[in-house]
Amino acid sequence: MRKNIFIITIFFAVLGLLSGSAFGLSETFKNNIYNPGKLKPIDSVLKVKVGEKAPDFTLPSISGEKISLHQLKGKKNVVISFVPAAWTPVCSDQWPGYNIAKTIFDENDAVLLGITVDNIPTLFAWTKQMGKLWFHVLSDFWPHGKVADMFGVLRSDGVSERALFVIDKEGILQYAHVGDINKRPDLKDLAKELEKLKNR
Amino acid sequence: MKKTSIILCILLFLALSIYPVYSYNSPLAEGKKLPDIELTIPKKQEHQQYLGLTGEGTFKIPQIKAKVVIIQIFSMYCPHCQREAPTINEFYRKIETSKNLKGKVKIIGIGAGNSDFEIDFFRKKYEVLFPLFPDGDFSIHKKTGEVRTPYFIGLRIMDNGKATIFYSQLGGPKNAQQFLNKLIQRSGL
Repeated sequence: MRKNIFIITIFFAVLGLLSGSAFGLSETFKNNIYNPGKLKPIDSVLKVKVGEKAPDFTLPSISGEKISLHQLKGKKNVVISFVPAAWTPVCSDQWPGYNIAKTIFDENDAVLLGITVDNIPTLFAWTKQMGKLWFHVLSDFWPHGKVADMFGVLRSDGVSERALFVIDKEGILQYAHVGDINKRPDLKDLAKELEKLKNR
Repeated sequence: MKKTSIILCILLFLALSIYPVYSYNSPLAEGKKLPDIELTIPKKQEHQQYLGLTGEGTFKIPQIKAKVVIIQIFSMYCPHCQREAPTINEFYRKIETSKNLKGKVKIIGIGAGNSDFEIDFFRKKYEVLFPLFPDGDFSIHKKTGEVRTPYFIGLRIMDNGKATIFYSQLGGPKNAQQFLNKLIQRSGL
């Protein structure tokens, strides 16, 4: 009986080794990504309006600072990127793209604030895989999703939508985009909106 | 003991028989034909010249004027692709400055889920000289079995126009020269 168990174990071990090599090596970051599958594209109702004052908030950053929207008033245009959750497929790609696109933000005198409802330790570990980020990553963990809810992008399962907001230096919301949670928004659209601010 | 050895041999034989089935299921398995991928002929004159193509419309990768085509599946959003961009540029330069390889070995990039704008941004950011193609709707990515990025495919194009995958691997190079040597050796060029 023991012999049979040994043989079966060897069989599956060999099979496992062979099948794994057929797909080549995988990257550490990607191996740690949890795939939630296809989700309902949008699951919330926006509470803010373009042309109106954006709601103020203060959130902790992974840098250890507390960041408030009003601190940036009169100084910088602000882009807020809500992504649903750390360690998920689309979100893990979106911010690394913005990380190499700093010039698009700089040219339009804008800063980026990345927000999720994850806690600081999770965000710290996750964003570390992306390399050194030039923008603040803020945690809307507690009270859970309060800021996401203020903007109307908190989904019924407690994560945020994949949303982009552009707020001008006067604190007025100039662009609100809540996209399909399963898809990454094209950088072109954000670049176009930021360009509009420069021409205002 | 003898009985155990026989059973073990049978099971190992079964495992080895199943192995090619696993690899063959991948659309990019080495030894297979490349999935039917259509790309738009680039507008840039230097890219048309590089690929040996003219005019407008679409083309299939085996139509590229080369004996070996290296296909890089990447994304501007992928941190590894960003970090490896200078090495891939060096890889391209090594080919272009080699008397033996220039004209015979070509490289193209396909941006999984990347729009025209995003491809163009990546090209300018990293000063990529070889042609990059968008795949905004992931349609090419789906045909290649939704591989992770960066992924490299080596395609050998024979004189009769037949093209076979000779290299198919996730992950990019750390050293341009070593990567080039490995690919040339595997291609049988």
